[in-house]
Amino acid sequence: MSEMTGSSETLVQVRGLKFSYGRRVIFDGVDMDFLRGKVTTIMGPSGTGKTTMLRMIGGQLRPDSGQVHVDGQSVPELSRRQLFELRKKMGMMFQTGALFTSMSVFDNVAFPVREHTNLPEQLIRDLVLMKLEAVGLRGAHKLMPAELSGGMARRVALARAIALDPLMIMYDEPFTGQDPITVGVIMQLIRKINDTLGLTSIIVSHDVAEVSAISDYIYLISNGKVIGHGAPSQLAASGSGWVTQFMHGQPDGPVPFHYPAPDYATDLLDGAGHE
Amino acid sequence: MLNWLQRLGRGALDNFAGLGRASLFLGHTLSGLPSVLAHPRRVIAQLHSIGVLSLVIILVAGLAVGMVLGLQMYNTLVDFGAEASLGPAIALTLVRELGPVVAALLFAGRAGSALTAEIGLMKASEQLSGMEMMAVDPMLRIVAPRFIAGVLALPLLSAIFSAVGVLGGYFVGVGLLGVDDGAFWSQMQSRVDFYDDVLNGVIKSVVFGIIVSWVALFQGYDTVPTTEGVSRSTTRTVVYASLAVLGLDFILTALMFRDV
Ligand SMILES: Nc1ncnc2c1ncn2[C@@H]1O[C@H](COP(=O)(O)OP(=O)(O)OP(=O)(O)O)[C@@H](O)[C@H]1O
Ligand SMILES: [Mg+2]
Repeated sequence: MSEMTGSSETLVQVRGLKFSYGRRVIFDGVDMDFLRGKVTTIMGPSGTGKTTMLRMIGGQLRPDSGQVHVDGQSVPELSRRQLFELRKKMGMMFQTGALFTSMSVFDNVAFPVREHTNLPEQLIRDLVLMKLEAVGLRGAHKLMPAELSGGMARRVALARAIALDPLMIMYDEPFTGQDPITVGVIMQLIRKINDTLGLTSIIVSHDVAEVSAISDYIYLISNGKVIGHGAPSQLAASGSGWVTQFMHGQPDGPVPFHYPAPDYATDLLDGAGHE
Repeated sequence: MLNWLQRLGRGALDNFAGLGRASLFLGHTLSGLPSVLAHPRRVIAQLHSIGVLSLVIILVAGLAVGMVLGLQMYNTLVDFGAEASLGPAIALTLVRELGPVVAALLFAGRAGSALTAEIGLMKASEQLSGMEMMAVDPMLRIVAPRFIAGVLALPLLSAIFSAVGVLGGYFVGVGLLGVDDGAFWSQMQSRVDFYDDVLNGVIKSVVFGIIVSWVALFQGYDTVPTTEGVSRSTTRTVVYASLAVLGLDFILTALMFRDV
């Protein structure tokens, strides 16, 4: 057991992870380590299972085999109650923000605090305003999610994710679809929050430049396997075809552009047979 | 032929799987009741929003149905010189049958579909997932209070429907057609039994409340998390809930009013 939980340096440890959706294999033996206090990024093309990996770490999906340990606990083996205890130490920022549309910005950020603590309303107010101040949106606390831009919504989601001062925070595609200024703001926030609150950050992204600038360590995944990992500078200088293709944004190469499909010609001929 | 059989088999299996999921869902919802009772405010908030959604349509429909009943029954009763029985005839029809059933159908169309859409959209926009990641169980926090509210709301709405219906019948019967005012009310009072009629009507509407809320919440929770999925689930809520209400009504009526 003690060997499996990894060193105290490692907050999240993934070993030999296998997972498939039906017959489609998503992970085929993946090992990853996420060190405490660091910003670690998982990169890979669309549809490789980056979001799936975050759901494994958060215990929303169970691996077919392999281990996922968070803070020394084996996530797939936890009971529902233990899992919920563990999740109080995790913040997650979803790809879409996932703000509660029926609640104001303030109530969204206050939600986890109200659910998990008995703090008096006055204290909650101070706490929520502090978190919103950290993402620069204290002035927007009365707005509804529908009144926010995409970038603002993500910052609110970030404030909500850190409301309970978690041990770690997971970001699913924090930069996608944002204007350059917002991207810069979110990049700075991720780094600043990681360092000032002393937490551990896991980012899922395919924005090479942004991620290289703020990550301590990067894992590249494709076709169910880790195809490269290292500090951003190491990866950029890597000689491997896979890594070069991804880091320099070349459309085709070892990483296929197509979703797995039967042979093209056979497929077209089959289609003709249907009519 | 084989293809057809295959499709039939797959359809049957899917339906059974759905029923299984729906049963688990109900069990999970019921297991959340203690936690809901600890937060009665959440139920009250839902009761308010569900009630507000349905109240207007229930009032209008109740009045209309009562007035039509007044007209139709008067025409029949007057042939037998029994127009003094208009009061009990209207009241019994409403309290035993039309109140619970029509209110449940309207409730399914108005509040049920809204519940499905609300929960389905929360699922599609990852709000339910997000809640789970915040260590809050959406079954307890979102589904269970709505379920209780739905089960409480429908009997209240049915009662309102019946009461407004009786008033509608009174306007037409006594106001327009000249039935005796005193006879209308006194006959109603002596012929409508609290246990046999009123209570059985309430039981019906509680059962319908459970069914409609269950279908609506399950359809929302089980939706395919896309815009199209949500719109299909909403339609399904109205269809399934309405059919279930009509089917159950027959069974309940057969059991309750055998020897009345
Ligand atoms: N519920 C599901 N059922 C079946 N297949 C799924 C399901 N969810 C995801 N998949 C498949 O799993 C694969 C990985 O999905 P995932 O969302 O993890 O990708 P991703 O790396 O986050 O992609 P993106 O960068 O586009 O967000 C996809 O190819 C998708 O087709
Ligand atoms: Mg994703």
